Amino acid sequence: MSLPERVPDVESELRLLQLRREAEKRGRIEAAGVRPEGAPFPQATPQDGYYHIPLLKPPMWTWEIPLYFFVGGAAGASAVIGAMANWVGRDRQLARHARLVAAGGAMLSSGLLISDLGRPERFLAMLRVFKKQSPMSVGAWTLAAFGSAAGAAAFAQLVQDRFDFRPVRVLGNVAEFFSALAGAPFSNYTGVLIGATAIPVWNQNVSTLPLHFGMSGLATSVAILELLGNSQSRALNWLGLLAAAFESWEGFHIESHENQRVMAPLKHGGSGWLTRIGGAFSGPLPLGLRIASAITGSRRARRAASYSALAGSLLTRYAWMRAGHASAKDYRLPLEIEGEQQASKPPSSAGPMLRPEER
Amino acid sequence: MRLYGAESGEPAYDIKPRVTAFLTDSTLCIGCKACEVACKEWNGLAADGYNWSGNSYDNTGALGASTWRHVKFVETPAVAGMGGNSGEELPTFSFSSDVCKHCENAGCLEACPTGAIVRTEFGGVFIQPDVCNGCAYCIVACPFGVVAKNRNDGRAFKCTFCYDRQKVGLEPACAKACPTESIRFGELNELRLVAQERIEELESRGVRDAQVYDPIDTSVGGIHAMFLVRGDPRTYNLPPNPEIPTIYAKAGWKSSAIAAGVLIAGSLLAFLGGRG
Repeated sequence: MSLPERVPDVESELRLLQLRREAEKRGRIEAAGVRPEGAPFPQATPQDGYYHIPLLKPPMWTWEIPLYFFVGGAAGASAVIGAMANWVGRDRQLARHARLVAAGGAMLSSGLLISDLGRPERFLAMLRVFKKQSPMSVGAWTLAAFGSAAGAAAFAQLVQDRFDFRPVRVLGNVAEFFSALAGAPFSNYTGVLIGATAIPVWNQNVSTLPLHFGMSGLATSVAILELLGNSQSRALNWLGLLAAAFESWEGFHIESHENQRVMAPLKHGGSGWLTRIGGAFSGPLPLGLRIASAITGSRRARRAASYSALAGSLLTRYAWMRAGHASAKDYRLPLEIEGEQQASKPPSSAGPMLRPEER
Repeated sequence: MRLYGAESGEPAYDIKPRVTAFLTDSTLCIGCKACEVACKEWNGLAADGYNWSGNSYDNTGALGASTWRHVKFVETPAVAGMGGNSGEELPTFSFSSDVCKHCENAGCLEACPTGAIVRTEFGGVFIQPDVCNGCAYCIVACPFGVVAKNRNDGRAFKCTFCYDRQKVGLEPACAKACPTESIRFGELNELRLVAQERIEELESRGVRDAQVYDPIDTSVGGIHAMFLVRGDPRTYNLPPNPEIPTIYAKAGWKSSAIAAGVLIAGSLLAFLGGRG
């Protein structure tokens, strides 16, 4: 199809002159004017904002970042569990596993961050300055401290496995102490990281996100350590119960939050389903399985609880990232517009300029 | 490159340079996009292409990594005496050239973990491209959705306030190219007065819905790129109450401390109980 080509002729030009004379004489034109095909066109109003075009930019992080939240949470919590298992529980095997999980997680965390940044030396730029007002800066330094301590503790462990020298044991314990000290904030700071942003669904939840991510990290750590062969540990079961109980409460908190407009991405659409499935796998399901295992002594139930918590925790991190995307796309929130969200027209970058009939 | 107070805390000049600002007046803008073109040419930015958004004549959509000026085509329901002359049929048009707001308290600057984002001696917010490591945290920290990541390059980009031109005493490229002086460039406090005078002038001519967008009472603390708009600023995608995200950090760190405490205390109690 081609556009109808209108050729100017005497008639059309005379009509234009007529309109011009009319305007000169009366100051206005009473003819109807031309309504182009496709009208009415979108308009910018206080209820629609600027054509429903979102003000905020969505997060531009790659798939590595939610995975980093997952791995980092598990590594940080493992360091704390390992230190307590070593000093309080006298559970040598658990402490050994925890050291290795913490160090492995720290290495994997760094790898994921570098992969997101694109080039290894870019991570070093993080350690150029320390800014306490930037959760990203605090987190990068925490990761650096945690990685060093956890790596040293794991190295000492591997040496100790072969040659049990007292100095190695002491150094390993000192490193373990520092890895636990850094691991506690490292397991949950990612909640502050996304909470202290302009994304509405994140900043509205800033006071529970670190707890949520921290407990999710604890559940992951417990699950990994149990699956590594520590499923007889009563302490791990208690910690798994604590995390699952908190995650159940968190799910309830999300569902019953008073600001439903901002919370919408956690309840509707793809991100909503991901949040609910992740929440069920993190909260009620492992909680029930662990209670069942405690009553019946079923080892299968406890294994199922571990797998459920792992899957739930991973899904939860991706759910929050997707919710952030959905929240940034809601043009109403930063403009404080009441009412239902209207369908947004495709962004201008959607395709090449097309004639109306080619669209 | 010496920046005011960036590293040493010492000013680069003996005389304090003036704090500069933009005042973009939508009542003077004719939507010619000379500012967009001038910005792209001066800064060597990629073209946006001829994309037809269907939203009035806006083919750019929003500010981005290679779009540092964006002319908004604000097509609103008819206002008698403005735009169309039938009073009902034809919409009213206004245009406004959007740009980085160069906030007094800038979310991107506070969030930047590398120190790449600095405040220049002219009061603008500037991303040093050789320091930026592409962590993308500034993007979610901007309450105006200005900063964006160049996907090929990985780093974040936005309006530089023509820092290079300002350093040699020139006005930014967009302001220079503007044919109607809709983009005014000058000293911040002077432009605030100019904006008030313009509002009064418009009022005397019967335009009573003009206002200056400068969120000085929010945590952003005012902006160095003010906008004179007619009617509700939301039609221009300007948020009524922009907030710097650092205001959320305190509650976040409190929760983080509680979570760390629960983790440590919980582990301690679990292993104490597990011993018995």
